[in-house]
Amino acid sequence: MLQAINLHLWRGDQPVLRGVSFQLAAGHCLQVLGINGAGKSTLLRALSGLLPVEEGSVLWRGTDTRLDRHAFHAQLAWMGHGAALKGDLTARENLRYSAGLRRALSAAAIDAALGRVGIAAPDPRLARQMSAGQQRRVALARVLLLACPVWMLDEPTANLDAAGQAFFALMLTEHLERGGVAVVATHQALGIDARNLQSLELT
Amino acid sequence: MNGVGDAASGTGVAALRAGWLLMRRDLRLALRRPGEWLQPLVFFLVITTLFPLAGNAEMSRLRDIAPAALWVGALLSSLLALELLFREDGQDGTLEQLAVSGLPLAWMLLAKTCVHWLLTGVPLVLVAPLAATALGAPVAAIPGVLAVLLVGSVALSLIGAVGAGLTLGLRRGGVLLALLVLPLAVPVLIFGASATARAIALEPFTAPMYLLAAIAVLSATLAPLAVAAAVRISLE
Amino acid sequence: MAWIWFHKLGSPPHFYRLAGGMVPWFAWPALLLCVAGLVGGLVLAPADYQQGEGFRILYVHAPAAWLSVMIYSAMAIYAAVGLIWRINVAHALAASCAGIGASFTFVALVTGSLWGRPMWGTYWEWDPRLTSELVLLFLYLGYMGLRGAIDDTARADRASAVLAVVGAVNVPIIHYSVTWWNSLHQAPSVMKFGKPTMPATMLWPLLTMLLGFTLYFVAIMLVRARGEVLRRERGARWIGEAAGEGS
Repeated sequence: MLQAINLHLWRGDQPVLRGVSFQLAAGHCLQVLGINGAGKSTLLRALSGLLPVEEGSVLWRGTDTRLDRHAFHAQLAWMGHGAALKGDLTARENLRYSAGLRRALSAAAIDAALGRVGIAAPDPRLARQMSAGQQRRVALARVLLLACPVWMLDEPTANLDAAGQAFFALMLTEHLERGGVAVVATHQALGIDARNLQSLELT
Repeated sequence: MNGVGDAASGTGVAALRAGWLLMRRDLRLALRRPGEWLQPLVFFLVITTLFPLAGNAEMSRLRDIAPAALWVGALLSSLLALELLFREDGQDGTLEQLAVSGLPLAWMLLAKTCVHWLLTGVPLVLVAPLAATALGAPVAAIPGVLAVLLVGSVALSLIGAVGAGLTLGLRRGGVLLALLVLPLAVPVLIFGASATARAIALEPFTAPMYLLAAIAVLSATLAPLAVAAAVRISLE
Repeated sequence: MAWIWFHKLGSPPHFYRLAGGMVPWFAWPALLLCVAGLVGGLVLAPADYQQGEGFRILYVHAPAAWLSVMIYSAMAIYAAVGLIWRINVAHALAASCAGIGASFTFVALVTGSLWGRPMWGTYWEWDPRLTSELVLLFLYLGYMGLRGAIDDTARADRASAVLAVVGAVNVPIIHYSVTWWNSLHQAPSVMKFGKPTMPATMLWPLLTMLLGFTLYFVAIMLVRARGEVLRRERGARWIGEAAGEGS
């Protein structure tokens, strides 16, 4: 479903991606490994289209994502380094104004998603009053609400406690069972069935 | 998945709805931090006060420099206000989310610029009568001065947004922003100040006003594309 | 066929060699034409009826002003090509144009000011052409400032390309607004020289200088672009080979 062909990318003067290729079938997850600075985030940004590649292409369901970027993005749930929350909004408002831009969401749906990630609704706190781990959970709730077939997550379990990581494993398993794909950059064990897991090590 | 509705984010209606929602988000955020948005306004008043202090405080002489003072003040305060347009969204990652959302980025950024104008341009225009009167403009001229500044502020917001997109995330971006935006704003300054001068002299100002409006319309059509391109480049 | 040529031009080593070969063909004629133009303008052409000998600075001022605008357009076109087709060489060319364009603008301003001195009694007047040149200088400086502020070359290329295109769209608007503004406040500029009314002895040195400056610009641009390409491609294999050739 998701395919990368011979991706080359330079950052400044350094070649970061040198001919990266992979093929990901439905229901599978790609774990991107590598030491700090090896280019995990760069690869994810290149796959998502945020970074243009010098050579190579990314194919989604057989079509080059550059040909119809909007259609590809409409099916992409992206999680970057930060939680991407507005500090002055509550968790519920954050979801309403981010995931809610792309999907028609009812208040009940938002509360249900927050409940699943372990944030009791209605939480009156503003996002900047939450801990980093809780903000991460809200970001996960956003991924759930978007209901997209492709997930690209950069360090999704950063700052999460054991319960949070267990929940993430569950969330990811459900997503793969529904036939979705995921590309996850993380060192931590994903806790999913090894048959659905591919890994890619960047040097 | 519970509550999932319309997923066709590329279509026009969905984009309109998303744009409207984004505007409400920005308005809600601004209301929670009103102090930030008052600063450019105060800055405008301070600058217009500096002109009589630096020159001649006699009203009839002040009237001559009133258009210049008002427009230089408007330009500089809008430059200051541009810090509030994209910087925070760029830093906390929400701009990045918009870029990969599948929604038309030019349209989303136009929505943000629109709210920004409502929160910085419009208040400036509403406060301008105070400054104009203090600089010797007759009361009968005020509606004209308001109209000119209103149209000009639209153009300034749009042109400024291009600069803000290009300098997003750069250190010392504020000075560079001024260097980029001010030459591009020269036509707005020329036509705006000229129209304001005629308004203050209680003469008809339709000619420069039309030209100013033409620039505003041209900016509204072309600037969003440039802003989207600039923001995408800055997110790389 | 033309498409293949276009693509080949975009290849850095090919461009490097081609540009190296082209430079002498532009540099020598530029030198000859400039000398001829200067001789023709400073020595051979008759003194102007109104302005006496002072008008001769026109032979430097007018071509410099014309070139300052032409170079900005060239820069914007290279930038647009680089942005749309993602050609690195085009970005290198755009970057090379900026400094030359800014220099020509500066020369136009200085010569314009010197030209105006005998007539105005001051070194500066807000003449529409001089004012437009000044704003153009600020546009160049803004472009160079933006490039300098961004460390990553690729991002600097693309961001300044957007700025160049936006600036190019604005230049005619700025020029029109400055001319409009000037017509409100001052008498028409004394710097107008209507081409049809110029006698041939005055005209040919002007055109010669124009052509000479243009060829000079192309030569210097190619030299700078070659340097840019080398800097960007450092680490690539073909650099060692090119150095070995001694080109």
